[in-house]
Amino acid sequence: MSNMRVAVLITHIRPEEKLLFAAFEARGIHPDVIADGDLNIDLTAGPEQLAPSGVPWQAYDLIFERSVSTSRGLYALAIFESWGLNVINRYATAAVCADKLQTTLALTRANVPQPAARVAFDTERALDSLADLGYPAVLKPVTGSWGRLLARVDDRNAAEAILEHRQTLGSYNHHVYYAQAFVDKPGRDIRAFVVGDRTICAIYRHSQHWITNTARGGQASNCPVTLELDALCRTAAQAVGGGILAIDVLEHPERGLLVNEINHTMEFRNSSAPTGVNIAAEVVDYALRTIESSEVVA
Amino acid sequence: MNTCSCPECAAELTLPDNAMEHEIIPCQDCGTELEIVSLSPARVELAPEIEEDWGE
Repeated sequence: MSNMRVAVLITHIRPEEKLLFAAFEARGIHPDVIADGDLNIDLTAGPEQLAPSGVPWQAYDLIFERSVSTSRGLYALAIFESWGLNVINRYATAAVCADKLQTTLALTRANVPQPAARVAFDTERALDSLADLGYPAVLKPVTGSWGRLLARVDDRNAAEAILEHRQTLGSYNHHVYYAQAFVDKPGRDIRAFVVGDRTICAIYRHSQHWITNTARGGQASNCPVTLELDALCRTAAQAVGGGILAIDVLEHPERGLLVNEINHTMEFRNSSAPTGVNIAAEVVDYALRTIESSEVVA
Repeated sequence: MNTCSCPECAAELTLPDNAMEHEIIPCQDCGTELEIVSLSPARVELAPEIEEDWGE
């Protein structure tokens, strides 16, 4: 096991990466930490070229993508996979999760319950789509995280203002008007952690604010993984390709559990304590199993 | 003890024993987020501003 060579791709090191490094080291593996800002890759060559660590990329049994920068992480995964290297998460999974519209489509294909969602590319049609959803609704950028730039839109006047600002001040990404129906949740949502084919634990994220992300101040407490939550989250994870994923779930007063978003480089610093689950250890064990299974295939 | 100064408030910082390059830490005095860019010698810079595609 300790002969395994693992690289962890980072933008910078968060508490999660330190927990993962400790979990790897507990299993006798000392991963190479590679900063995505240090990459300089010859796209016309292959994995024999040297990583910033001085090791040929092909020497790694696994490259674990943990970049905070979504664009860097996605391109890096695309390159490594094109070289036939073993990566977590897979590019296809990351690409779907990084884009809320693509996530919605994947969940729809798999019949996973989710909030009603629409897209428009013109501000007038966006007003129509918000009226179709009904107010209040939520406008979201299709890419982005940590609850940034979410807008609860309570009426047409607010919608007109937000859409004009996005059209005038935003880059082309902000001219894709993705909107979801607002879910009047009970002062909390659920963040469930799926590792491979298991929902290893879940937390409630409590907040008086409608945005409950812990990055925005939401407080974590243990959420029991019921059979219903487990089945929903495993189905949702498979719908986007599977791997190591954090599933955000809303409790709709009439429709029950709805999958809201899926995160592919999940943060979990506040989640092991309330759940009693060593999430980093679970993730590392899964990562090592993927190496072993890829060796069997090879 | 691995020490350096905060580029924001000039306070003397003591890096944790398990500190790593590229780790984000708060200044113990002013709370500014800092990135460890070197361990030997110890050196920190202001952490980069959050970019639009950052997240989990």
